[in-house]
Amino acid sequence: MRVVIAEDAVLLREGLVGLLERFGHTVVASVGDAASLVAAVEEQRPDIVVADVRMPPGFTDEGLRAAFALRAAHPGLAVLLLSQYVEQTYAAELLGSAGGAGIGYLLKERIGDVREFADALVRVAEGGTVIDPEVVRQLLGWRRDPLRRLTPRELEVLALIAEGRSNGSIARALFVSDAAVAKHIASIFAKLDLPPTADGHRRVLAVLAYLQAESR
Amino acid sequence: MLTRTALEALARRPAAFLASGWPWRSLAYLLSSTVPGLVVAVTALSISLVGRVPLMVPAGIAAAGLAVPPLARFERWRLRLVDSTPTPRASAGRRRDAAVALFSLFVFWWIDLLVVGATVGGPVVLILSPVLQPTDGAWALAAAFTASAMGLLLLLVAPYTFTAWAGARGALVRTLLAPRETELAEVLRSRARLVDAFETERRRIERDLHDGTQQRLVALSMRLGLARLDLPPDSPLAEQLAQAHEEAKLALVELRELVRGVHPQVLTDRGLAAAVRNVAARSPVPVDVDLSLPRRPPQSVEVAAYYVVSEALANVAKHSRASRAAVRGRLAGGVLTMEIRDDGVGGADPARGTGLTGLADRVAVVDGRLSLSSPAGGPTTMRVEIPCAL
Repeated sequence: MRVVIAEDAVLLREGLVGLLERFGHTVVASVGDAASLVAAVEEQRPDIVVADVRMPPGFTDEGLRAAFALRAAHPGLAVLLLSQYVEQTYAAELLGSAGGAGIGYLLKERIGDVREFADALVRVAEGGTVIDPEVVRQLLGWRRDPLRRLTPRELEVLALIAEGRSNGSIARALFVSDAAVAKHIASIFAKLDLPPTADGHRRVLAVLAYLQAESR
Repeated sequence: MLTRTALEALARRPAAFLASGWPWRSLAYLLSSTVPGLVVAVTALSISLVGRVPLMVPAGIAAAGLAVPPLARFERWRLRLVDSTPTPRASAGRRRDAAVALFSLFVFWWIDLLVVGATVGGPVVLILSPVLQPTDGAWALAAAFTASAMGLLLLLVAPYTFTAWAGARGALVRTLLAPRETELAEVLRSRARLVDAFETERRRIERDLHDGTQQRLVALSMRLGLARLDLPPDSPLAEQLAQAHEEAKLALVELRELVRGVHPQVLTDRGLAAAVRNVAARSPVPVDVDLSLPRRPPQSVEVAAYYVVSEALANVAKHSRASRAAVRGRLAGGVLTMEIRDDGVGGADPARGTGLTGLADRVAVVDGRLSLSSPAGGPTTMRVEIPCAL
């Protein structure tokens, strides 16, 4: 995959380049601010952008705003945003804008779990949705009402769904059978009033329901 | 109502005022002006004994200069007769002392005595007119008794007159002696600057931790993660490496929590609404958030309001035993209002927790008001109102 990296901390930027190349990706550009990011994407047309939320010159949410601009200009461009701290409104805005396809929002520290990070990158590039478990954990703490109906096990499963995992991956993580996972997921959908639809996006919808309810 | 000054006493019901100690205190206050009066008389007499005009002027000035410190002390001391709010013990500065002493020496003392003479002495003379002016004839006697009755009436209203003068005089002396409103405002401004400076420093620390320490730890964690890929999982080194990796990740989690405590970055980046939703999301008690903030208030206001909400929700979680809480925020008419309610057991005591007084300080420096209603049995409502100019 062809990747553009935007990260202002040199140490981390070089580390990310090394990591992604180690997993067989090509880093076509690595930049240190939002303006250069936009320019690099225009020039390189990458498969995915990995960007820090907070970048120069303002050090607030330049990366996020650049990501919005890029997604508006290039629909379908996959973006994985890295954040220093958990902020649900970022995730809600990201997912709300494009139905969450090809969007990732992870805490920076997840980079340390190199294999999982590389997996997440691929899932996002393939149009999947990845939300940091910490965001999901906070949202679960927040939107209690509909979630009170879920059992603790179902909550665990929902958190893993939000990470973009497949049924098989969830089954391995929880040491249960695939069939058990499928049963839990069906139960979650039922309890959250998500009707069966043709396009099977209910996994994303399950997570989105909370994010959007929160950003009212 | 608590009466603190002679002027406030005047506003009470006549019976209550006349029965109180204030008229007597006012009278004593005014009569004590005989002291500066005597000082002036004795000084003038001594100087006139010098006999030579060219020497009189410097002698007079020197005497006035010598009289300033004790007179200022005397004025401060007797002010408590008409004003029971605490007076500053120490000198308020030479210029203020001099102003009070000179007023006392040249302006006040004889007016004080004149007021007492006219309001008390006058009526007494009138009352005594049948005795003082023994005359014959029915008409003259009738006139004398009429004068006596009038004197009695005047004596009844006299407390109002001399208390009013004593109160006004006391207010003037207090203004001269005590730090004025402008100086209080200056003190408040300097406290606001201090709070601002603290907040700026916390933001700097937050940024340093995020952009320095956190980045390094992430880079370290990433290197350890990559190193683990290169080792066969059953090698003896792999386990140690895995442990080191876990330690690094734990350090990152702890650092994230620590940084959030230092300064909530989301407050700077996204404003009060996002920060309040964030802190509500972390509350173990479910919180309904209802915010309508059409624009971002100034930073200092946001920070103060955020800490109020944050502290209130922490108290809800710790003490209230509530099952639900609600945060309501409005920004309208140039006032930011935040209200935090819970359905808990109530009985919160502002005097007990130092957290609340700290909050009140924070709110005070942005000219806001913090109020708490928490009857035993609940519910508890904390409310903060902060003006923010349009």
